Amino acid sequence: MDGTPLVELQHINVAFGGVHAVQNVTVDLRPGEVVGLVGGNGAGKTTLIRCLSGAHPADSGQILIDGKPVSIANPRDAKALGIETIYQTLALAENIDASANVFLGRELTSRFGDLDDAAMESATRQVMGRLNPNFKNFKTAVVSLSGGQRQAIAIGRAVHFNARILIMDEPTAALGPAETAQVRDLIKQLKSEGIGIFLISHDIHDVFDLADRISVMLHGRLVGTVNKADVTTDEVLAMIIMGKMPQEVTQHDLAELHG
Amino acid sequence: MTNVADAPPVQGQMQPPPRLSLSGLIAQTEVDLRLFGMLVALAVILLVFDIISGGQMISPTNMVTLSVQATGIAIIATGMVLVIVSRNIDLSVGSLVGFVAMSYALLMTDWFPNILHLPPDFPLTWAIAVGIGIGIGAGFGAVQGFIIAYVGVPSFIVTLGGLLTIRGLVWYLSQGAAVSGLDPTFQLIGGGAAGSMGATLTWGVGVVGCLAIVWFLFTARRQRRRFAFPVRPMWAEAVIGLVGCLAILGLAAFANANYWPKGLADQYAAANGIAVPAGGLQISTGFPYPIMILIGVTLVMSWIAKRRRFGRYVYAYGGNPDAALLGGINTRWTIMKTYIVMGILCAIAAAIAAARLNGSTLDVGQSYELYVIAAAVVGGTSFAGGTGSIAGAVVGAFVMQSIAYGLSFNGVNSPGQNVVAGIVLILAVGFDAWNRRRSRS
Ligand SMILES: Nc1ncnc2c1ncn2[C@@H]1O[C@H](COP(=O)(O)OP(=O)(O)OP(=O)(O)O)[C@@H](O)[C@H]1O
Ligand SMILES: [Mg+2]
Repeated sequence: MDGTPLVELQHINVAFGGVHAVQNVTVDLRPGEVVGLVGGNGAGKTTLIRCLSGAHPADSGQILIDGKPVSIANPRDAKALGIETIYQTLALAENIDASANVFLGRELTSRFGDLDDAAMESATRQVMGRLNPNFKNFKTAVVSLSGGQRQAIAIGRAVHFNARILIMDEPTAALGPAETAQVRDLIKQLKSEGIGIFLISHDIHDVFDLADRISVMLHGRLVGTVNKADVTTDEVLAMIIMGKMPQEVTQHDLAELHG
Repeated sequence: MTNVADAPPVQGQMQPPPRLSLSGLIAQTEVDLRLFGMLVALAVILLVFDIISGGQMISPTNMVTLSVQATGIAIIATGMVLVIVSRNIDLSVGSLVGFVAMSYALLMTDWFPNILHLPPDFPLTWAIAVGIGIGIGAGFGAVQGFIIAYVGVPSFIVTLGGLLTIRGLVWYLSQGAAVSGLDPTFQLIGGGAAGSMGATLTWGVGVVGCLAIVWFLFTARRQRRRFAFPVRPMWAEAVIGLVGCLAILGLAAFANANYWPKGLADQYAAANGIAVPAGGLQISTGFPYPIMILIGVTLVMSWIAKRRRFGRYVYAYGGNPDAALLGGINTRWTIMKTYIVMGILCAIAAAIAAARLNGSTLDVGQSYELYVIAAAVVGGTSFAGGTGSIAGAVVGAFVMQSIAYGLSFNGVNSPGQNVVAGIVLILAVGFDAWNRRRSRS
């Protein structure tokens, strides 16, 4: 592996009151690479990537983009750097329609600054056609859509703006098999376009299918980062559950995993 | 002619609703049913009071009076929609109206002549006064909005404090005195026979309104065709256009059937050397200026709410504050702006109130907050945040004012009207809460 990483998160710390949600975590991401970020519930995955997306600044640590230190104080800073995020909570305003959500904060306007809803709807139809061709409810408020349709909108929003860096926090949690397959294809395609992707998922098979490297977190700390090609799913499970690197794992541990 | 049913299928196109049922036909017009329902309710309220009064209440004169009385509430209610949609409240509007109204009175009776030494015939005194009043309103709004959005004090507390503080300041402004004797041009803002547009201009407004409706329908349709989106069937466009035009022209005719009071008409005839015909000189008032101001405010506020980023952000914030923030919206500034808009609207309403009174007293604007909040909620604004419409709030204001007017016309005194208005407010909010609980389960 050579070249400057696209993103480096170095020694990131985040605490909520007494809870050390993220402690001294360092991960990186290269262009055209998918890094799977895995760990149990509450491991600190979401908190870590929220530092990169500008949702919640880190207490300490450094973020480098293309090798240069950057400061990301809010979501606008992140977007300006080409970082798009699909939040685990989706972050949709439920009372407005799909295209209003896709363009939220970045509305298309006419010469006079009026919202160009027709242009936004058109672009939204295009991107949704790529994700969920059956989606037709362009005029309805998001509140009356299904979980999967909402997720498709959240993904569409991240994809539409030609991100260089994509953060996907559980992007397929609410999707059916067909839609999940579509998102997998999308991830592969985006990867081939040279986009770097942080993929958070609880589905270890998803991660093995899509990721080049896997970073594992446990109780706010980084257990380690491994090349997918060098490990088995059992070894990754041991990292997730016991916090042990593959070389530290014993036969006894593996037996316990399956016990 | 292309419509939903026979246009080539567009990818992702909505299926047209069934055509042959009444509800299907109504659905195809895409009319706002809730607003339509409220208009019907308004008509029913007026009719009931009219029947109680033995058919005395509904007349051009009474309806014009009622409408002018509703303008202040309606104008402020359009801003209250944005405030409530973004999960806040403003209880200080009545006091702010009182403060700005007193400012207008003092500007024109005291500060302009005695401090700035402006001669009585100084041009555009009224406009300068209104400009200053709007500045004062925006200033108070900015201060309250800043404390709410940037300091983080709940809006209920800030504006409750504002209600008391600003009302107290009104007393200090005038040392407790009532002030009267305003600029004659300024007084026209308040309506009345002189403060109305007359027959010709009123018809002109009606025609312009019709053209605007047609133009609006046409551009909306062209815009959707540009992207080959489904459009309303042509007959639905025609029905909407026709009903809209008829409504506007009907209102113009109705307003023109309101005539100057006999005394004023006779004076006017004498001053202009016109022979008074038998039965008196009939001069149509047409639309009063405050109604024109309300129409203007409603259009501008609807445009802000629907077609501008600011409005979109207000609604998005109300729907999900987190999503708005993560979308990169400057949510604090958005909230602060809603209060600045509120202040400006209060200043406009205050101009109408002061002009109608030809001055100001200590209690101008008292209990406006109750009527304004009720108007917004009756008009479909939800305390859950995220939903509410400007047009709905204006209709809501007319509902509230019709109830007050109808009660007073039938002999119920003002404390009695307050009792009813308070109950209507609670019922409206209760209905909203019940409605939300029902749709969630
Ligand atoms: N806003 C917050 N305030 C307080 N504590 C928080 C906050 N957000 C997260 N935490 C805490 O930080 C820790 C890490 O949470 P985080 O959401 O990052 O976990 P996660 O790895 O994304 O879990 P999951 O797989 O369930 O999504 C948890 O203990 C959580 O309770
Ligand atoms: Mg998470």
